Amino acid sequence: MVAFIIRRFIQSLFVMFVVALVSFAMFQFIGDPVNQMVGIETSLAERAALRERLGLNDPIVVQFWHFIVNAVSGDFGISYQHKRPVADMLLERLPATLELSAVSALFSLLVGIPMGVYTGLNRDGFLAKVFLTVSLIGISLPTFLIGILLIFLFSVTLANAPAISVFGLFAIDPSVLQLPSFGRGTVVDLGGWRTGLLTADGLKALIMPSITLGLFQLTLIMRLVRSEMLEVLRTDYIKFARARGLANRAINFGHALKNTLVPVITITGLQIGSIIAFAIITETVFQWPGMGQMFLQAVQNVDIPIMAAYLMLIAFFFVVINLIVDMLYYVVDPRLRVDTGKATGHG
Amino acid sequence: MADAHTSAPGLLDPLRRFLDGDVWASFKRSPVTVGAAAVTLLYFLAAAFGPWVAPHDPFDLAKLDLLDSLIPPAWMADGDPRFLLGTDDQGRDMLSAIIYGSRVSLLIGFASVLLSMVLGIALGLLSGFVGGAVDAFIMRMAEIQLSFPAILVALLINGVVIGYFKTHPEWQVDQVTLAYVVLVLSIGLSNWVQYARTVRGSTLVERGKEYVQAAHVIGIHPAKIMLRHILPNVMGPVLVIATIQLALAVIAEATLSFLGVGVPPTEPSLGTLIRVGNDYLFSGEWWITIFPGAALAILVLAVNLLGDWLRDALNPKLR
Amino acid sequence: MAMANPLLQVRNLVVEFPTRRGTLTAVDDISFDIAEGEVLGVVGESGAGKSMTGAAVIGLLEPPGRIASGEVLLEGRRIDNLPYEKMRRIRGKEIGAIFQDPLTSLNPLYSIGRQLTETIMTHTDMTPTQARARAVELLAEVGIPAPERRVDQYPHQFSGGMRQRVVIALALCVNPRLIIADEPTTALDVSIQAQIIALLKRLCREHGTAVMLVTHDMGVIAETADRVAVMYAGRIAEIGPVREVIKNAKHPYTHGLMGSIPAIGHDADRLEQIPGSMPRLTDIPPGCAFNPRCLHAFDRCRRDRPELIAVDDGQVSCWLYDTAAGRTTAEAKAIVASRSGTAMERADG
Repeated sequence: MVAFIIRRFIQSLFVMFVVALVSFAMFQFIGDPVNQMVGIETSLAERAALRERLGLNDPIVVQFWHFIVNAVSGDFGISYQHKRPVADMLLERLPATLELSAVSALFSLLVGIPMGVYTGLNRDGFLAKVFLTVSLIGISLPTFLIGILLIFLFSVTLANAPAISVFGLFAIDPSVLQLPSFGRGTVVDLGGWRTGLLTADGLKALIMPSITLGLFQLTLIMRLVRSEMLEVLRTDYIKFARARGLANRAINFGHALKNTLVPVITITGLQIGSIIAFAIITETVFQWPGMGQMFLQAVQNVDIPIMAAYLMLIAFFFVVINLIVDMLYYVVDPRLRVDTGKATGHG
Repeated sequence: MADAHTSAPGLLDPLRRFLDGDVWASFKRSPVTVGAAAVTLLYFLAAAFGPWVAPHDPFDLAKLDLLDSLIPPAWMADGDPRFLLGTDDQGRDMLSAIIYGSRVSLLIGFASVLLSMVLGIALGLLSGFVGGAVDAFIMRMAEIQLSFPAILVALLINGVVIGYFKTHPEWQVDQVTLAYVVLVLSIGLSNWVQYARTVRGSTLVERGKEYVQAAHVIGIHPAKIMLRHILPNVMGPVLVIATIQLALAVIAEATLSFLGVGVPPTEPSLGTLIRVGNDYLFSGEWWITIFPGAALAILVLAVNLLGDWLRDALNPKLR
Repeated sequence: MAMANPLLQVRNLVVEFPTRRGTLTAVDDISFDIAEGEVLGVVGESGAGKSMTGAAVIGLLEPPGRIASGEVLLEGRRIDNLPYEKMRRIRGKEIGAIFQDPLTSLNPLYSIGRQLTETIMTHTDMTPTQARARAVELLAEVGIPAPERRVDQYPHQFSGGMRQRVVIALALCVNPRLIIADEPTTALDVSIQAQIIALLKRLCREHGTAVMLVTHDMGVIAETADRVAVMYAGRIAEIGPVREVIKNAKHPYTHGLMGSIPAIGHDADRLEQIPGSMPRLTDIPPGCAFNPRCLHAFDRCRRDRPELIAVDDGQVSCWLYDTAAGRTTAEAKAIVASRSGTAMERADG
């Protein structure tokens, strides 16, 4: 197992190296970064001095080496547009994105897995078919459109809806269900980590963005769990478990569900990475002050240092998540724990 | 697939075989698929003949009247029968804008699918045929790219290409053309991996077969004969990928345009229309964003359903 | 053959599979008994309905398969129409099962100890500690060395033969009255097959467990079973004491089957083949299902389906043994043994 982890670690380093190379190449592709950093009125002498100071006259390999060394030590350069250290800007916005992504991931797992189990067990049930149809529509709806629809329903329509009278006794004002459609609500500063998880309106502000961001993953997880359940329920060991007279609950949730976990962990691991990346869209729709929003502005303004730093940060997340996923396999699947274990077919 | 090797004498033969075959039979059996195909066809026709079928020309600024702006759909209280789905802030007819927008969206979608298809097939053939270090390199790159969401890759390419044209004014491209080029490049370059993997797989299978070695013995370059045999074999899977990728490309275009790095509002795509309309959502003019959104969702759903069906029909092994 | 107090009675069982192209009858009106502690072999080609019969008895037919008519009785109680939850309590506790492939019968993610204890605790009031002790005991009983250590290991750490021993332990863990063993040795190496059969035989004798042993391997049946039922196209062709059926096959199909097996066949220098193959379930011929392949078939065989006719200690479904036709059993046996169609014509007049 140690050998396996080391091998994966070296692979991860290779991925990071390639991503760093791509990030570095972006700087080269755009042309002279000095032009991006200074105004028109800057003199040629000043430009030359800046160029020397930035090391742009060094050989390209040396520049790349400096780039990597700086990145590893957390120095991603200065934003062209904002003239501030990119690392500081990313760190400020990191909590917003991570909280949004974590809540979305939780939402998609906590709703997606039970729905997948349900549709797998009741393959021909009416509700299962409804879930599947809705999930197909969910996959066809672009993320930003889901966000807009949610805003339309819960922020616009509910705000304008008239009160509903219940048997003439009391009135329900639908606008109490109205949800905030932009920003994070009230945030609390915990030693530099600004969290929205501790206030009521901070949590309320999280609802729609995390549903928007998590919906696609939810449908994906649901469909995956469903097809895995169907697969596992056909296996001999489930048939044998039934022949042993085990209770349905033990068979479905003990034996079957656990066997679907390996692919679910894989996909979830991959999806957490894309949740963080898809946050770009959600953050734009809900004006969520996270890294994604900042990255998008950087793309619009060709602010390469921010783009490069964001890319490397995302790659870093991916790599770390993949390593965690690899280790989770060992927890779930005993067949991987024994180094001498021979390969045995199942399923 | 096997009979693709035998020479087909008549031009209509493939068509007749298709109509007799299982694919057509399974198409007729599935009403959902027939419906999806009809909707897709409707979009294609509307896109192709947009200028002739649209009631107004939404791009002709001279004909726009600000007095016609923000009119609700025709069936609502303040509606105007001239504008079935209402108008936007500049007095553009929404129905016409949606028809023209679908045209732009589908055009970019097709162009980027074509780009990723050509690129993917070429790299897949190269990878499978040359093997060795070239294969390892291409597949490693594919793996790394695949671990990033396509939209992120597209955004990066987008930023870099825009940056490139900004710093290289000698290219002299106008804004709309630039946007098209940037979109096609960024979507096309971020989706080649699947084609490459599929084609590489078939190439590896074919390379080991006897006829390739036989061709070598009689002096025909194996690459030549393989091309003739591999391409027909991979057309099925490639078609399936392309169909699903078309839906993805349309979504990607809409997303990029919505994020403001796509088609400019002067000649809007569906995504641009949604972006523009989004600003009016809170002031009650919901139709400016909801109708283009629905148009986009229906198009993508229809193409997705077609792709799903095609995958099942061409390859029963894949569920 | 009527038994005094049969443990299991199967009465006119019909199992159907509705498909898009019409309903298939996988098991077609079969009846048999299994006595307390008896080993009944059920033999036949694949598709003859033998596994389906086992699945129907234990109530685990894969949908859309279903029992269309007939009864299954365990100690006189009907069990074929029990609600799922009641039948579940019978499964494992009163009727155990062993399936073909030990490699896939065990859940790869749970230790075998956990799989044993969960079964024990499902059907008894034992505490986890007691159940674990029982699990170790069982593993020792099925011949697994170092059971205290092995109990915490996972299926992939066991060889195929060892896994089938674990499966047997699982089937026997709460002492069921009957075990349905569906091809228990087919997936194993030949050298291990004999061990597993010997183990199964010994354990069932010690515990007084009856066995319905489903297999296509006559050798296994000859070694293990007390009686044997020969199935053909969803029907029982012949049923009787195992020695009787092997040495003195009465049904032309059984006769051909025995002739096709080396060492058991009476004519060791030449193996016979039955011409043709078993009909598909979609087109079973009218009359006797075997008639198109039968050397001795006559008009009635093509017209009427034969019932089981008691002959000696067993039963056979063949019109040759119809006493109403005025033929003695000895004559009928001679016709079957003659292996040629001409003898039949002579006898038929």
